[in-house]
Amino acid sequence: MLLLKHMEPIIQVKNLSKQFGDIVAVNDLSFTVPAGSVYGFLGQNGAGKSTTIRMLLSLITPTEGNIRFFGLPLQQHRKEIFKNIGAIIERPDLYGYLSAYDNLKMFACLNGMHPTHLQLMNQLEQVGLADRAKNKVKTFSQGMKQRLGIGIALIHNPSLIILDEPTNGLDPQGIADIRRLIVQLSKEQQKTILLSSHLLSEIEQMATHILIIDKGKKIIADSAAALFNPAETIVEIETTNNIASLAILKASKWQPHLQLNRGPNIFLKMHHDQIPDFNRALFNLNIQLLMLQPRHSLEDYFLQVTANSNSDTLILNH
Amino acid sequence: MFTLLQVELYKIFKRPRTYIAFIAIAGLIGIIQLGLKLDGDAYVNFVMSNVEQSFTFDGKLLNGYLVCYIILQLLLVHVPLLIALVAADMVSGEANIGTLRLMLTQPVSRCEIILAKFTAAAIYTLLLLVWMAILALFVSIWLFGTDDLIIQKTRYLVQLSKDDIFWRYVGAFGFALLAMLTVAALGFLLSVFAENSIGPIVATISIIIFFTILSTMSIPIFQKIQPYLFTTHMVAWKEFFDLKVNADNTALKGTLQNKSQIVQSAWILIAHIVLFVGVAMFVFKRKDILT
Repeated sequence: MLLLKHMEPIIQVKNLSKQFGDIVAVNDLSFTVPAGSVYGFLGQNGAGKSTTIRMLLSLITPTEGNIRFFGLPLQQHRKEIFKNIGAIIERPDLYGYLSAYDNLKMFACLNGMHPTHLQLMNQLEQVGLADRAKNKVKTFSQGMKQRLGIGIALIHNPSLIILDEPTNGLDPQGIADIRRLIVQLSKEQQKTILLSSHLLSEIEQMATHILIIDKGKKIIADSAAALFNPAETIVEIETTNNIASLAILKASKWQPHLQLNRGPNIFLKMHHDQIPDFNRALFNLNIQLLMLQPRHSLEDYFLQVTANSNSDTLILNH
Repeated sequence: MFTLLQVELYKIFKRPRTYIAFIAIAGLIGIIQLGLKLDGDAYVNFVMSNVEQSFTFDGKLLNGYLVCYIILQLLLVHVPLLIALVAADMVSGEANIGTLRLMLTQPVSRCEIILAKFTAAAIYTLLLLVWMAILALFVSIWLFGTDDLIIQKTRYLVQLSKDDIFWRYVGAFGFALLAMLTVAALGFLLSVFAENSIGPIVATISIIIFFTILSTMSIPIFQKIQPYLFTTHMVAWKEFFDLKVNADNTALKGTLQNKSQIVQSAWILIAHIVLFVGVAMFVFKRKDILT
């Protein structure tokens, strides 16, 4: 097990770039993942998340830049570093002709372990697959494969877990299970988790830190607490007559909160705690409400910075 | 490295596809042995008809050694196709199903992975040839008995006494292993470039067929390039079944007529194996895994 120097970040990425021919997939990306954090890596499909994660896992060679894990450069200490990392990249493709037990045992051995039957069964139990241990993986659902993939990623008790789009293709129950497991790993076992997703709702529920990239470039990186500032909540409303409602609001005490020229609906910025008062005020002002939706400033920010990207793949709704 | 090799062997022998080659070889050898058992004498008489006026054969012409030689001649052309099925799938097959990226995120180096995979493919090839030797040589000896081996070469007949044959088969199978490892190395190299199995398997088989045709055609322009084709050297196992004669034209037991040809061909095949695996390692180390 690597001994981490005091306050040493788990991952340090500096000026990382990757070019495929003329296409710049990742452009001068730098970020730091603190120990014990759930680091949300957010971006639209094609933003460069998977390329970055593949570079972190040395599946792709960077064109430029350097990567350090646990204070050690990746290139020189790959083996040592990887003994402390568990990863799933997109979907966990496993050996379909082998059983869950055999898949798990094989990857445990590759990590230098000599696992006992009890250890393997406990791990399968932890991901809810103990009763399917001897079944071939080709008979598993996507959710079961994902859980087995997580079991494999955790079998050697790594201190860093890298999950690339871990809930892709899962049903709502599967998504909830994965989220619960990530939170448990972070809070109960103090694992550091790098989690990529194009779902803001997913990241926001689990992440302590967030990095947003777009077109391979860093847009913003900060702690979730700073990014999800409740004082910066954007409220979007739709009424039976938006033009008339806007005129009423302009003449009311809510006028300073209005955010103009943002779209067909009406937008206001306020503290999250003010939303019930605002709702009552709409009723008192005789504004007939069709829809009221609060948004974090992060969502708003993201909408602005990616407005011209012609992509609808970033799911912002909760 | 040893763990990695164990894992690779485990994966190979857990796959049903692996056993196709073993079943195919058993089936083909069984059919040939059955045919020769039922109607072998007629076959031998037909083959030897043009020399029967000059020689008198005494003893059991159709014996286990001759049957094994017939089988080797027929099958060593086709076994490369069976080897390509596994060797050309070693890397590309994993890239195709996505397990390659999971393997590469384990604390093992790419060089170790390539070496373990090729060693596993080599062990598979060895086992296939051992299987072939058991069926073609030992089962044939059991079914047909032993006697002197008479082989018709292009310009002459070779008679090997029965106590001078077994070691030649050991040598021939050993050489065949080198030849088959060359095929495995070629398939393995092509496998590194691809992200599905079909391409490298078909490409390996196509190259073998194409080069074999060039190696065997007696057209002067092709004869010039034949020494440079590895397929030309793959058939040098046949040199184990020829022996020297002295000035009185008496056969010298335990000798090889063209030992230098065997040694030279063996080195050429080894050089090909090293080259193919070396290039595979070089490419794989630098390859971006995008699947």
